Amino acid sequence: MRWIWIDKFVEFESGKRAVAIKNVSLAEEHLHDHFPGYPIMPASLMIEAMAQTSGILVGEARGFREKVILAKVTKAVFHDLARPGDQLRLEAVADSVVEEAATITGTITCQNRTIAEISLIFSHIDKNMAGLEFPEENFVFNDQFMNLLQFYKPTGATGS
Amino acid sequence: MTMSHEEIYAKVQETLVDALGVDEEEVTEDATLMGDLGAESIDFLDIVFRLEKSFGIKIPREELFPAENLINNAEYVNNGKLTAAGLAKLKTQMPHVDFAEFEKDPDLNKISDLFCVSSIVKFVESKVNS
Repeated sequence: MRWIWIDKFVEFESGKRAVAIKNVSLAEEHLHDHFPGYPIMPASLMIEAMAQTSGILVGEARGFREKVILAKVTKAVFHDLARPGDQLRLEAVADSVVEEAATITGTITCQNRTIAEISLIFSHIDKNMAGLEFPEENFVFNDQFMNLLQFYKPTGATGS
Repeated sequence: MTMSHEEIYAKVQETLVDALGVDEEEVTEDATLMGDLGAESIDFLDIVFRLEKSFGIKIPREELFPAENLINNAEYVNNGKLTAAGLAKLKTQMPHVDFAEFEKDPDLNKISDLFCVSSIVKFVESKVNS
């Protein structure tokens, strides 16, 4: 099973940019430990949310043929806290998608607040790693992960 | 527009500071990317992307860092060392690199030492001022 950490896409321009929503909820168990009495979303999980948003953007750009793996977090600056009840808007912009990799500039906002700036590099691993062989099957984009995009309606409807 | 060596060097230095999280003082002309500055293979991609953006040029990755394709080819590699043919090939692919030291013992493990800051500067110079 693959862990899904964003709720839905609200904008998607193939190969260019994608916007996803993540609702932060006190039903997420880790928030009770991070921190007791002061629940805030861990910064690492903001990176994960941006990685999933941009991973799908990068994968879709090449028809989900590549195994797209997060290779480097080039920037992660956190400006504000994300708390239970916040709806995070994750915007990923593809600066470059080439044969072997892609670079993303990402911004996380909540209403008018900038929560974080996160830039990432993804590797198309079959095109890198000096000839190492990976499983034939695309273990990155399984059905569960792909459903996220399937429910996105380009007309702006919320999906069902 | 022609750029001077100093201008290019300063921008390359800035690029490497951002890409590798190193201090400006560490990025000397003869510092090697992997040995001295701790670059890993994915950082090479990052560096290429940043140089392209910063200088407004196109860099085919195998042009700046061509060794990867070469070392997987039996004609060019024998017993952990580059063959004469391999060395000749690498030289033509990397005209911006100084091979004097490497040539004495073309061990594959030392291939990463070829990538030093000055070779990037020379490469960018050839692209920008061509």
